[in-house]
Amino acid sequence: MSDDHLYMTLAEGHDDDTRWAYGTGFEDPLHGVDGAVPDGIDTGELTAVCVALADDALVLAQRLAEWTTRAPELEEEVALANIGLDLLGQARLLYSRAGQVDGTGRDEDAYAYFRDADDFRNVRLAELPNGDFAFSVARLLVLSAWRLAHFERLTASDDPVLAAIAAKGVKELSYHRQYAAEWVVRLGDGTAESHHRMRDALEQVAPYLDELFTAYDVQDEVEAVLKQVTETAGVPLPVCRPQPGSGRAGNHTEHLAPLLAELQSVARAHPEATW
Amino acid sequence: MVTVLPDVRHARHIAECVPDPELPMLTLADLGVLRDVEVDADGTVVVSLTPTYSGCPAMAEMRAEVAARLTAAGYAHVRVRTVLHPPWTTDWITPSGRRTLAEHGIAPPGPAPRRAPGPVPLTLSPTRPAVPCPRCGSADTEETSRFGATSCKALWRCRACREPFEYVKEI
Repeated sequence: MSDDHLYMTLAEGHDDDTRWAYGTGFEDPLHGVDGAVPDGIDTGELTAVCVALADDALVLAQRLAEWTTRAPELEEEVALANIGLDLLGQARLLYSRAGQVDGTGRDEDAYAYFRDADDFRNVRLAELPNGDFAFSVARLLVLSAWRLAHFERLTASDDPVLAAIAAKGVKELSYHRQYAAEWVVRLGDGTAESHHRMRDALEQVAPYLDELFTAYDVQDEVEAVLKQVTETAGVPLPVCRPQPGSGRAGNHTEHLAPLLAELQSVARAHPEATW
Repeated sequence: MVTVLPDVRHARHIAECVPDPELPMLTLADLGVLRDVEVDADGTVVVSLTPTYSGCPAMAEMRAEVAARLTAAGYAHVRVRTVLHPPWTTDWITPSGRRTLAEHGIAPPGPAPRRAPGPVPLTLSPTRPAVPCPRCGSADTEETSRFGATSCKALWRCRACREPFEYVKEI
């Protein structure tokens, strides 16, 4: 590597298919971190928490990446891609932690690329198609408000690695929630057209709120944030009947499998390859 | 036989001088990601790094470069460990790192926010003290996007000299 620019080597020609991609940052994100699991921790439960939070982040990051080249303005495209990158980073850390504690020695790639839709535990709100920009920012507001509140709780986790991942994530999620909240207000309190789009978006989001609140105790806090933002936007959050089933139990919409098919296509075409 | 332990001060100096892959005008010490350099009982140089953002793709490069430079300097046993806690904050960017950023046209961060529970700040006009333009020094600047070309930067522009500039956002 010497003093050459670190990324120069990426421009060199490659002609083998034993590697999925050439780039940087493919190393285990927990490399060099003390991975010992403290006594008394329920490893099954810790794994389940890590996988559910990683699945939320991976699936939403994939949806956010779909906005690339399609966002209304370059600045919004850059913002959505950055938010997706933060979430992808959180997913990688959480999958790596799950692999350390679940006893199988699976790595992040095994979790991300070699499980089917039925094995994913993300909430369905994350997997719904992007829709218009209003729906995407309304969904981002809900998921980032929930994730921020939940990560704040997890900074006190008995598992020091999960607590550290959460403490780092809190800083990132504060920016995500702020970005989404400002757009919900701007659209809701904007033109007749943008107001109407945001009202429709919140109607589509509302049936999936309940799914977030089954296992954790952050409901009041998240609902207060959503109420504050939607009231400022002049678009009330509708109360409606929840969608039956839960992504946390592996019940997904028909939209998750095609998303995963695209996400996993290269890895599955060359299952023996590495980064 | 007398075991000679590696010189920790020299090792620290080498690690401190490694440039950041994304902001190559800064060293790892300037950026505050280099948390510690020590020599353990068996003579291994142990370097502790803290990642900036969860999705930062540069960590592996930093790790490899630190190990490569220490090895090239004659340290036979080098280990780079990742320390996740406490999480990195822009408050750890050194005063000299802040000056270097400004000299390269990148506005350095202000103090990191202390997050308090409560309502989301929702004024759509600027809510923070204006960031002075790193080129002309004018305070008449505005944010154009809170997210930029790398995770750590926002996009701003100066209304006085009309130049766009990047700003390392507080985290």
